[in-house]
Amino acid sequence: MPNKIRILIAKPGLDGHDRGAKYIARALRDAGFEVIYTGLRQTPEAIAAAAVQEDVQWVGLSCLSGAHNSLFPRVVQLLKEMNAPDIKVFGGGVIPADDIPGLKAAGIREIFTPGASSQQVVDYINKN
Amino acid sequence: MNELAGKIISGDIRSIARGITVIENDDAGSALLLKELYRHTGQAYLIGITGPPGGGKSTLVDKLIKLYRGQKKKVGVLAVDPSSPFSGGAILGDRVRMQQHATDGGVFIRSMGSRGHLGGLALSTSDAAKILDAAGYDIIIFETVGIGQSEVEVAGRVDTTVLVTVPGLGDDVQVLKAGTMEIADIFAVNKADREGVERCVIELGQLLSIKEMDQSTFLPPILQLVAKDNIGVAELASAVGKHREYLMADNRLDQKRKARLKSEVHNIIINRLDKWARARLTREMEAGEDLEGLYQKRTDPYTVAERFIKELQI
Ligand code: B12
Ligand SMILES: Nc1nc2c(ncn2[C@@H]2O[C@H](COP(=O)(O)OP(=O)(O)O)[C@@H](O)[C@H]2O)c(=O)[nH]1
Ligand SMILES: [Mg+2]
Repeated sequence: MPNKIRILIAKPGLDGHDRGAKYIARALRDAGFEVIYTGLRQTPEAIAAAAVQEDVQWVGLSCLSGAHNSLFPRVVQLLKEMNAPDIKVFGGGVIPADDIPGLKAAGIREIFTPGASSQQVVDYINKN
Repeated sequence: MNELAGKIISGDIRSIARGITVIENDDAGSALLLKELYRHTGQAYLIGITGPPGGGKSTLVDKLIKLYRGQKKKVGVLAVDPSSPFSGGAILGDRVRMQQHATDGGVFIRSMGSRGHLGGLALSTSDAAKILDAAGYDIIIFETVGIGQSEVEVAGRVDTTVLVTVPGLGDDVQVLKAGTMEIADIFAVNKADREGVERCVIELGQLLSIKEMDQSTFLPPILQLVAKDNIGVAELASAVGKHREYLMADNRLDQKRKARLKSEVHNIIINRLDKWARARLTREMEAGEDLEGLYQKRTDPYTVAERFIKELQI
């Protein structure tokens, strides 16, 4: 069996918008990936710990509340501290275009904003 | 010793997680890793939680983790959800209810897709438990895919099996009759805050009373729980303790575990043969010769199969 790609989809912070995260989770499942969903209101610490235990290749963060600039880089940082810098972080949500370069500089691989199709996300994972 | 095995035994989280991936993907080093770890296993107590989807299994596991952590025990959880038969993908959502323990160093939670394996667990769940066992987890909890008539495998793979059921499913007790009844060491009627608990308990009791029993049989208790409010969970844990004591007496636990080992060896053989048969068949059939011969009735499926089996010299 070819090795399964495992992806953790998580909602950091207090943001309660979970439609996008669930939509992406289903699309990734339908594309053949194993998706671990951790639910709403997760601390970056809990997300990073779960990612390590689940031995995922990717962590997908979803944030629509505007707190992405602090929460996303924190997860990247924690994964490094937990000796797991190889776990790749990407994300999406309501994120102003101006914030994207800063997030990428902080180690977030890619950002998908409203209107992104699930196929784009699946293609991205398959290519990277 | 293999480096990964050494790190697993020392309790390194990243290595435990990696080890489970290795056996889950049946990677090259999988058998070697399990061979090295085997003599470090046997300390953990294995508990299976099974029952219909939505019955509150994950919620209950979350509360059990909390209780066992209070007793300073290290807890491992292997939570299985179904993989899609169409895409092979899965959404593994059991963690949602247990995330409060994510950052507790004494708790290791792993979600597993069933990956086409029937029976309520993944093919590699028992081997994953060996990794946790060797890493020093005291209690290992299996949460199965929602139970149907065939999801009884868990009982043969753990020490104590808890069957979670809920009132008001109507055909629920019906389902139990058809073979899942026998697997339960403890019945947990969850969602006792709902209507119909009494009826459910009575019906279960009636079903149990027709079960064949003698003086040495463990009578499965029927407990009422409201897992989401942590009601009845301590009683459940103490019932697990009683069942464990029952097993410890008269070497029952040893016997149970020996039977399990025998079935593990059996499964290893079956899985290897299955793999061999698939590969062998693909090779042969791709040449086209046999398939066409079969179709044209120049030979028959039994003759072809027997020719392959001869290569194995069994
Ligand atoms: C539906 C909605 C709600 C629903 C949420 C229901 C739910 N369970 O999700 C309700 C009514 C509850 C709600 C409440 C609120 N909302 Co609202 N809500 C929206 C709305 C209209 C649509 C969001 C949505 O579901 N879109 C559909 C999904 C599929 O799209 P998506 O999440 O963007 O996901 C896509 C991409 O972003 C990306 N993506 C997203 N996550 C991820 C993750 C990964 C890994 C990847 C790869 C991709 C990816 O892929 C998806 C597909 O393209 C948006 C406006 C908007 N146009 O976005 C406001 C919006 C998000 N809400 C907003 C606000 C302010 C609120 C409230 C605070 C309002 C209030 N004052 O009470 C509350 C807070 C709720 C809370 N607890 O957090 C603001 C946020 C402002 C900001 N960021 O600065 C927005 C942007 C509206 C606005 N323009 O002001 N809301
Ligand atoms: N009313 C009630 N709901 C509960 C109880 N225990 C769990 N639930 C809810 O039942 C739903 C399914 O629970 P979950 O633990 O995911 O079930 P699982 O599919 O068996 O793992 C969740 O919404 C829980 O909050 C309970 O004792 N009473
Ligand atoms: Mg569950």
